[in-house]
Formats: sequence, structure tokens, C-alpha cells
Amino acid sequence: MVASVNWETASVATIELDPPEWPGHLAGQHLDVRLTAEDGYTAERSYSIASAPGERLAITVERLEDGEVSPYLAGELRAGDELELRGPIGGYFVWEPGDGGPLTLLAGGSGVVPLRSILRHRLGTGSDVPVRLLYSSRTWEDVIYRDEFSEHRGGLWVSYTLTRSQPAGWTGYTGRVNPDLLAQAAWPAAAHPLAYICGPTSFVETAAAGLVGLGYPPERVKTERFGATGGR
Amino acid sequence: MDAVDGNAIGSLLIDVFGTEMTAAGSTCASCGARRPVAELVVYQRAPGTVVRCRTCGSVVMVLVRRAGIVSIDVSGLASLSQPGAIA
Repeated sequence: MVASVNWETASVATIELDPPEWPGHLAGQHLDVRLTAEDGYTAERSYSIASAPGERLAITVERLEDGEVSPYLAGELRAGDELELRGPIGGYFVWEPGDGGPLTLLAGGSGVVPLRSILRHRLGTGSDVPVRLLYSSRTWEDVIYRDEFSEHRGGLWVSYTLTRSQPAGWTGYTGRVNPDLLAQAAWPAAAHPLAYICGPTSFVETAAAGLVGLGYPPERVKTERFGATGGR
Repeated sequence: MDAVDGNAIGSLLIDVFGTEMTAAGSTCASCGARRPVAELVVYQRAPGTVVRCRTCGSVVMVLVRRAGIVSIDVSGLASLSQPGAIA
């Protein structure tokens, strides 16, 4: 059952869920949502889990105007509605405090969602693993969890790059992710970092190749691609 | 439609194997490249789901879900090994 729907931006909503049974999840996993129409037609999509293990289950959904599922989830859905869930799913793009760090987290758009779960898990477990997060977004208005990241004290450095337009007086990065930007925003390879990259496929390919070019071993670079736009 | 990756077939693979398989190791039968299933290239717009090797591009798996039944062709894989399984 849907516990709450909270808007992060004009087109992105975080949906808190109270499933009758939930086995618990790991930071970075996703779940499937299935919608069934009155005529029996079903559509299923995967969404990354936004909450940390032990917290109330939540997903963050970007509404895609030509989407089949997201306009319902981030638009029509209300607290008290029922959703059919399956999960948690995934065992690769996950982080536990024992995996260590330092962590280089690279997010493209709503690819920040599973990284938020990792960050909240780090905070909740009292982990002192240092983190650098680089979050690429089209505009400042598209940035989700903006207020939340500033609440993390100590050991978390967040930098933004805005690819389409920047507010007046912007002092963050601009433009798409590239090797120079990564060299500034990511931990140097000599620190033996562990990297998690999530976002649109083209973002992930560029960012992963960039980190490997900086000397990250490929097996220390975990990736999750969600296609051209949106999805999870 | 851009390709996604093996993270996206976690649910299909649970239907087939009954357990999480995206962290499992795979070996391409064509070129021998080894990588976690999560790092394979996945196309979801074909009739069914086509999984290719990220090194040589060969088809390693094809999955089709129809009327609640999942059918999987793994002839492009030389091996699939689940971490944590007892050898």
C-alpha cells in the first residue's frame, strides 16, 4: 500500500510503500512495479529503491511523458492506493559498509536514486567511509534530494554538474561528464576507491571509461544503466 | 532505444534460476571474456530480451517471457557461476 507521495521536483516523486510482506533489501537494489489494467493488460517496470535498509521502503520515480507506467506512479497515484510489487532484485549494484571505500558515486539524472540508498545506509550504520558524489543534471530545478545531501555531515563531498543551463552565479561544474571533470571530482585511483555509476546508458559508458582511464581497476567500477531516459 | 545492462534482467533470471543471478560470473562462449552478468549488454526492444557480450558483441543469452513462462537460450555462454554456491 502507498503510504505517501512526495514531490522532489516538478516531474519526480518519491513514493513510500508499506508492503504487507517485505523481506528487506540491500542498498542499491531495485524492485518491479506491475500495473494491471481493467482489461487484464499488464505493464511492469523496475525502479531503484531510494530508502536505506531498515527504513520505510521508498522508490523515486521520474515521470516520462510518453511512459506507460511512470505517468501513473508520478501523477495519479495517491496515499492509500495499492501497488503490485516484486523484489528486492539485484545483487551486484549493492553496497554494504563492509565493502569499504572510499566511494566515488557518479549519478546521471534519476540515477542518483540507488546512490541515495547507499548514502542513507552509510549514514544510518555510522560508517565513516569517505564519499565523493558527482551528480549530473540538466538544470538545478531537475536536481532531486537537494536539501537532503546537505544534511550529511562529515566525509561526504557532493558536486554537481549542470549540462543544460545554470542559475545565475553558479559555481559548480558545467557540461557533460568528461575525463577532466572526473579527475577533479572523483577520488584519485591511488586512494583505492570503489565506484558506483548509475544513469542513462551514454552517461554510464562515458563515466565508467573515464574512471578506468584514471586508473580505477574495472572490477572496482560497478555500473547500472537504465537506457536513454528515466526508468529507474 | 539504448542498451541497458544485466542488472535489468535480475527479475527474469530469478524466474529461471530461483535466485539472484546478476552478480554471477559469466564466460562468453565466443571470446572467453569473463564478467558479472550485471555487466553484460542487454537489449529489451527485440522480441524477447537479447543479452550480448560487452567484449565481442556475441549473443550470450536470449530470454522470452510469454504467458507466465520464461524460456532461456544460453548457448552463447561457456559458463555461468553463482558466487556463494558451494563448489
